[in-house]
Amino acid sequence: MVITYRPKSLMEALEAIEFIDYTVFAGGTDLMVKRKQLAGLLPSFDKPVMFISDLAELKQVTIKDGFLYIGAACTFADIIENSLIPEIYKEVFMQIASPAIRNSATIGGNICNSSPAADSLPLLYALDAALVIENSCRRAELPISDFITGPGRNILNSSELVTAVKLPIQSFEKTCYKKVSSRRSNALSKISFVALANIENDVYKDIRIAFGSVAPTVIRSLDIEEDIITMSSQHALDINQIARDYATLIKPIDDQRSTAFYRKEVCNRLLADFLGNYAAASLQL
Amino acid sequence: MINEITLRLNGETRTLDVNPLKRLLDVLREDCGLSGIKEGCGEGECGACSVLIDGVFMNACLYPVGKAEGKEVITIEGLVGTENYEVLKESFEQAGAVQCGFCSPGMIMAAESLLRKNPHPTEHQIREAISGNLCRCTGYNMIVEAVQLASKRGEGLW
Repeated sequence: MVITYRPKSLMEALEAIEFIDYTVFAGGTDLMVKRKQLAGLLPSFDKPVMFISDLAELKQVTIKDGFLYIGAACTFADIIENSLIPEIYKEVFMQIASPAIRNSATIGGNICNSSPAADSLPLLYALDAALVIENSCRRAELPISDFITGPGRNILNSSELVTAVKLPIQSFEKTCYKKVSSRRSNALSKISFVALANIENDVYKDIRIAFGSVAPTVIRSLDIEEDIITMSSQHALDINQIARDYATLIKPIDDQRSTAFYRKEVCNRLLADFLGNYAAASLQL
Repeated sequence: MINEITLRLNGETRTLDVNPLKRLLDVLREDCGLSGIKEGCGEGECGACSVLIDGVFMNACLYPVGKAEGKEVITIEGLVGTENYEVLKESFEQAGAVQCGFCSPGMIMAAESLLRKNPHPTEHQIREAISGNLCRCTGYNMIVEAVQLASKRGEGLW
């Protein structure tokens, strides 16, 4: 029988994983589906399981030095209900899954599962989120884009836990979050798109664009964002050019949820729509 | 390490000797004989296994019983006999919100969970609250009406 363990504190958890390779179990909404067997059979866990979703240290939301720290075991519902978290961030979490899943699924779990279709990731990339990673003697912060390395892969080793997500507290006057899926609730996304911008006198001062589900990890390009700002400052925003630049990064696949063709096309349209030129939606690439 | 699991189930303290990884859904149906809870999809998409855990609306198919240690679990059987349940039951009956009945326990748990937080929900809020619960018979409109009716009839209960 696979051993299960419920540590009483974060330190207990970190000390335990130092010597034993545990499957770390937070909300379980991905894990229980992956490990599911035929109805009535036990889920198939091959390593000891450690339940961390009730650890108080991982449920906190705090502001420190101007940054927001969201504990890794905060559920999406906790995030939506927390008054410290900006409304524009919450909009993304409100569209994830369904009430029961949002009551269970955690932000840390969504990050560590590292799915290309993870719904919280495009926002976290757009906000330049950092992750707090701890083992029993060290604590480090790492940008999320350095953490996730591929579909379902990240650099976390078995003696470490992601304990919090660090976000800037920023306001954006133009925002868009779009999740394209077959059903509004509980469907994995075919494409997800986050764009955040600040505009002054029709010129982009700050823009962040992230695409999910269309490449092995979330796509965000600081270079293209810089180009958008430059073009916009010269009042020469070439949406076709921007879309062509993104097209070199957007590498979707055909799978059971959608096709590469559809995904590329919708990415272009979402981009053109956000940048404010509907005519460009029919661009030829 | 967990050897046995103690939890509050529908108002009673129960100590169960089960594998902590067993799904709460299976523990409730097989070990506790509570068959109101249903297995539809087994992966959190249909809501037929909805329960309240410490008052929070959850899918029991994604919940290993080991996580329920020390918590309070309420199933549809735990609502039966309460005034809230009577109002919900009559409203579901009157609005025609029960056809095959497979989704009904989950739908009623979703309605109870919503009304506890928001006794006067809008239609949009009701649709959002039941968005994780699938019904293949009614087309949902009758369920939405049932929750609206319950909200009206149960004035002051939630």
